[in-house]
Amino acid sequence: MAQTVDARQALPERELVPSPPVDLGAAVKWGLIAGMTAVFVSAIGMVQAFEVRSVVVGVDLGYLVLFGAALVFGYAAARPGEQLEGFLAPERGVRNVAAGLIAGLVGGAVLWLFVLLIGAVDIRSVFPSVSPQLRDLLTFGRGAGFAAAALIGGFGLVGALGGGIPVLPERIRAPLVNALAWVLAFGLFEDLFAQIFRGAKVPFLEDLLYQPGGGLSLVGALIVFVLFFAVYLSTASRRETVRSRIATMSPSERRRWVGVGLVVAIVILAVLPQILGNFLSEVFDLAGIFLMMALGLNIVVGYAGLLDLGYVAFFAVGAYTTAVLTSPGSPRWSPEMTFVAALPFIVLAAAMAGIMVGTPVLRMRGDYLAIVTLGFGEIARLLFLSDWLKPYFGGAQGILQIPPLELGPLTFRSSLDFFYPIYAFVLVFAYVSWALQNSRIGRGWMAMREDEPVAEVMGVDVVKAKLTAFVIGAILASFGGALFAHKIGSVFPHSFQILVSIVVLVIIIVGGIGSIPGVVVGALILVGAPELLREFAEFRYLIYGVLLIFMMLKKPEGFIPSRQRARELHQEEMMQDAWLRKEEEAAAAAGS
Amino acid sequence: MLLPIRKRNKEDDVTRRHSTFWWAVLVVMALIAAACGGGGTTTTTQAPGGEMTTTTAAPGETTTTQPTAEFEPGPLGAVTVAPGEPIKIAALQAISGAVASLGEDQVRGIEIAIDDRGGELLGHPIELQVEDDGCSAEGGTTGAQRIVADPQVVGIIGTSCSGAGVPASQIMSEAGLVMISGSNTSPALTSDLAGNPGSAWQPGYFRTAHNDIIQGEAAAIFAYQELGLTRAATIHDGDPYTEGLANAFGRSFQELGGEVVLATAINKGDTDMRPVLTEVAAAGAEVIFFPIFQPEGDFIAQQAREIAGLEDVVLFGADGLLSDTYVVNEFTVGMYFSGPASPEGSAYDEFVAKYQEKYGEAPIQSFHAHAYDAANMLFAAIEQVAVVEDDGTVHIDRQALRDALYATEGFQGLTGTLTCDEFGDCADPRIDIVQRTEETPDIAAVRANVLFTYEPGA
Amino acid sequence: MTAASAAATGRGPSRFGFVKGFLWAVRILAVFGILWGSYFSITGGRLSFDQWKDLMVFGVAQGSVYALIALGYTMVYGVLGFINFAHGEVFMSGAMIGFFAANYLNQTGLWASQPFLSLFIVLLVCMTASTLVAVGVERVAYRPLRNAPRLIPLITSIGASFFLQYAFRGLFGAGVKSYPAVRALDGAWNVLGFRVIKTQGIVILAAVGMMVLLYLLVERTKTGRAMRAVAEDQEIARLMGVDVDRTIVTVFAVGGAMAGVAGLLWGLVFQQVFFFTGFLPGIKAFTSAVLGGIGNIVGAMVGGLVLGAVESIGPSLVLAGLGVPAAHQLKDVVAFLALVLVLVFRPTGIMGERLAEERA
Repeated sequence: MAQTVDARQALPERELVPSPPVDLGAAVKWGLIAGMTAVFVSAIGMVQAFEVRSVVVGVDLGYLVLFGAALVFGYAAARPGEQLEGFLAPERGVRNVAAGLIAGLVGGAVLWLFVLLIGAVDIRSVFPSVSPQLRDLLTFGRGAGFAAAALIGGFGLVGALGGGIPVLPERIRAPLVNALAWVLAFGLFEDLFAQIFRGAKVPFLEDLLYQPGGGLSLVGALIVFVLFFAVYLSTASRRETVRSRIATMSPSERRRWVGVGLVVAIVILAVLPQILGNFLSEVFDLAGIFLMMALGLNIVVGYAGLLDLGYVAFFAVGAYTTAVLTSPGSPRWSPEMTFVAALPFIVLAAAMAGIMVGTPVLRMRGDYLAIVTLGFGEIARLLFLSDWLKPYFGGAQGILQIPPLELGPLTFRSSLDFFYPIYAFVLVFAYVSWALQNSRIGRGWMAMREDEPVAEVMGVDVVKAKLTAFVIGAILASFGGALFAHKIGSVFPHSFQILVSIVVLVIIIVGGIGSIPGVVVGALILVGAPELLREFAEFRYLIYGVLLIFMMLKKPEGFIPSRQRARELHQEEMMQDAWLRKEEEAAAAAGS
Repeated sequence: MLLPIRKRNKEDDVTRRHSTFWWAVLVVMALIAAACGGGGTTTTTQAPGGEMTTTTAAPGETTTTQPTAEFEPGPLGAVTVAPGEPIKIAALQAISGAVASLGEDQVRGIEIAIDDRGGELLGHPIELQVEDDGCSAEGGTTGAQRIVADPQVVGIIGTSCSGAGVPASQIMSEAGLVMISGSNTSPALTSDLAGNPGSAWQPGYFRTAHNDIIQGEAAAIFAYQELGLTRAATIHDGDPYTEGLANAFGRSFQELGGEVVLATAINKGDTDMRPVLTEVAAAGAEVIFFPIFQPEGDFIAQQAREIAGLEDVVLFGADGLLSDTYVVNEFTVGMYFSGPASPEGSAYDEFVAKYQEKYGEAPIQSFHAHAYDAANMLFAAIEQVAVVEDDGTVHIDRQALRDALYATEGFQGLTGTLTCDEFGDCADPRIDIVQRTEETPDIAAVRANVLFTYEPGA
Repeated sequence: MTAASAAATGRGPSRFGFVKGFLWAVRILAVFGILWGSYFSITGGRLSFDQWKDLMVFGVAQGSVYALIALGYTMVYGVLGFINFAHGEVFMSGAMIGFFAANYLNQTGLWASQPFLSLFIVLLVCMTASTLVAVGVERVAYRPLRNAPRLIPLITSIGASFFLQYAFRGLFGAGVKSYPAVRALDGAWNVLGFRVIKTQGIVILAAVGMMVLLYLLVERTKTGRAMRAVAEDQEIARLMGVDVDRTIVTVFAVGGAMAGVAGLLWGLVFQQVFFFTGFLPGIKAFTSAVLGGIGNIVGAMVGGLVLGAVESIGPSLVLAGLGVPAAHQLKDVVAFLALVLVLVFRPTGIMGERLAEERA
């Protein structure tokens, strides 16, 4: 079965059929979408806000976003349709470029109409971002006539470039696109790379790649492009070989390589924060804390199939227990324990919270469970916030003065220091959840997830399995909370919004539910991305939302799906469905 | 499977072709890299003054470049801005989530302050780096870390929320920066105004917003002494700012001899205030003090009139509601507000006109003026301590900047005359109590309709 | 492993004893707490009888808003079986676009001279906007994932929710927008001794009306039959000649239109809207839908009303009686605890599931 998928990818390029004529309707449709997108990014103020941000040799981010729409949708217009097994791939050539060109021209025309509109009518009372400055930007400060030529021409050109991407031979295309993406990344995340260069003691690279006013210099852009192009080009074929090697490895061999990989990973982890500096360490710390929670939630949702939307409750319990026990600023009772002394109590509190949430929901299924747990999450936050419990938890003013983390003789204070304890715990928890996966209880969970009545009949103790899942999940989250409290040095109820539960859930699903490597990658990307997207200030959640949809559409099984999950979500079904749809359409077309 | 299975065939072939191509590319790349290396060197030597952004690090860190001979940095280090380089300041404000308008409004205040200077300070462009504090402790931490990671940043205007301010002020203080907030009001961040530092006080932290204690006292005195009311209810929304202010009001009111008949709270996002207002009516309050924000503040004022028993209750808000989008509403007629005394209307009117022009809408919250003042205070202090070389290079000593800010006295801002105390409270201590009447339908008119001015100690 | 499993690892009856015992303890505590709190609240005489009646009306009115949004939730859930997190934003978009229409009409003077005509126009605008957004979201974020496990569209709906919030913020600014007041709807009616504020009365009527219409649509029309068929089994419905895609689009359109109505009513009752308006009502509506029995149209209505009433009366009745300060701060705690209790007693909600039976 798996072979069929491979076979599709390996469809030889030689067997080609003459390409169909340009699908004008589709090209115009994509053009309209491109135009609307360009109008949209203009109207929400993105183009104007990003105008000051130079990315590559004087090209600012505003125009990049604007013309990026033409590139992306030009590509979409020219992209060859889904390739199906048994069918020959259509020839690629000038027609793709033409489709991209048409899409670009249409998109440019739409944007130009928008420029005319905002020139004629003042719609600023409704759309505050549609300012005269925006109009100046879109007309390049030269009036509507010039704008017509520049926008339509420019969009057409860029659209044609986008349309040209599929024409390139396979072996050049991927490295080219990847290298361009890297150039963009280097331009966008200039200050991050600058920090890394400084941390890695190669500050001259910063001067080499970037120009003084901000943005990649021409030289810098070329270096980055050529470097990554070469790397991708050279490794493309090897990656395939390595992948097939891994597939044929014997279990013992594989275990050995996993061991080697772990050692390498630990060494990298040990030096990483030193290179990254405080801010990037901070991002990794935060990702690590979310990773701990994600590993816990992965047990609850991924293994046991219990959809928990209120996971933040356990995080809050961990953080507040830590705060009360360790901070001298705790309102009612402050034993001022150390972290190690407080640990048993934190675990106990989390376990109790796990039982309190887990027991009432034992009989509930699916979405009932989701909303009830979501409710528990809110209940926890509101209780910590309330005036009622203010004498114990500080209410809205939170608990301050939580001491830095102490583990024996070591004191962890800065973001850089915290990297080590956080990732040490992450490693431990990753091992625990890996071990649980293959344990008796782990198999019980999975049986229960698949079919609860059957699992029960087969002798799985469902009550015990559910409660254990909740309790273990709660304990993992409470550790995250404890480290969080120590790291931030203060806890406020504000930090425990529903959003945290949602982000953790998104992490495990986007990463690949039930799969530990997936969860790790998911946490790093989904917690890292919004922090890295800080560059985009008020637009970052907008971009985050778009990325979330896009990722799920492209890879519904997650970045690194668990093996079993991949089987469930099998590609073939989708392919067959697509094939059937095509057939239907063809039949419908023939019929009409 | 219905469809034929095809086997991978020409893998070896492809690999071989790839490797030849790769070698070719490698050669090309080497050539280009060599050329680039040359180009790169030229670029650096072309940089004026021969030295790029040089920052002297704080003691304990290794100093990579020597400070210039004329300038001796202090114990916290200094920022050196080469000619043509920008002077960087950062804004750490809540610009996402439900309170986004709170931060966005202040960012706009800062941007207008920059515009007012023509975007320049000491001949250098001013660069504003905007970070999101998420109105939360962890948001404040990451934002502050990101800011201090850039050694060129001189100072921070922020945070929006006291919760974010606690960890952020610690991080920036340790990095030697200064931070001026336009909307933190928690006494924990500065002092209790009796000479005791707050539990989260950090050197280098300032604010142009009022300490809760002052404003609470002003409102209580007005309600009790001027209006002669003795039964008060307070409502907060779970935000540290509103909770602190409501409690400060309650304490003062009781000290004066009044009675707080109900100290209650709502949640951000609540819309139906009628149940809680029914409780207020049942408690027999004569005045409701609700120092909260929009949109919850709208609901309270609007729905209070519908509740039996609250037809004549006095509604009393604070500066969180003293904004144009709030006072234009008819249901605010008769409401009292406490807020910073404004020196003269015209300066603020001009500011609002600029705001309208630049952003296409009326000010969306009420702390833009505080942020504007904060930015100007920072600029003034920078101008005062900066050492300018002949070629335009500017050195800003971090310790000197802090000292200059602590020494701020009689600074004329939109929110009054600002003087900083030793714990960083800079707001003009005078509080105006203003009223919205039928005749004052917009914010400027409301602000001008001063009924009572409170001066601590007076 | 810990206290939890230690308690739970006992064999056979003893463990069930623990779980059962715990649940019974929860039930007894809840009943006892409610009685105790109510007793003190009522005998304390803090609130007058009229005030209790007012609280009830307020609760029902708030509940009606929840119910209107919940109708859309429940339709989508009933047919597709996944939680559409973006539904709150669909509602917000109606309210937001409606604001501009209302504002424009207010400027032209029509709002004051012809209030009901203007309300009708704004209603159409709200419904159109919400319907378009709902259908658009379906097309982009859900349709390609028709056959994926239900957690996947849950995530795309979260993404869509973020996108819509911040897109509206970018387009229309972050400030709070105030709806003009409708003078004709000032004041209150007296219904059977209950004082009902006019705007609230309209919300309650609209919610009941919409529920009846929706019920008729689903139960009595051909489209409704197609919806139920799709809810039962998409594949079989397709084989039986139902156009599945079109039916699902209709579901989203109808749900969107409901949200549009809710948007206008929101503007009437609360008189303002901003980009975050949809988030909390969305969650509350979801809670209502579950409380009533998800997928069940009458259940959504009942769930909404119960939730609204509990939120409004619960804190004053129970918490204040137990001596909790600032009781209304905890109204969501009361609401969610009520949800837990209802589901502990009746695991499929007050009215049970309808549209499709048995969804695991």
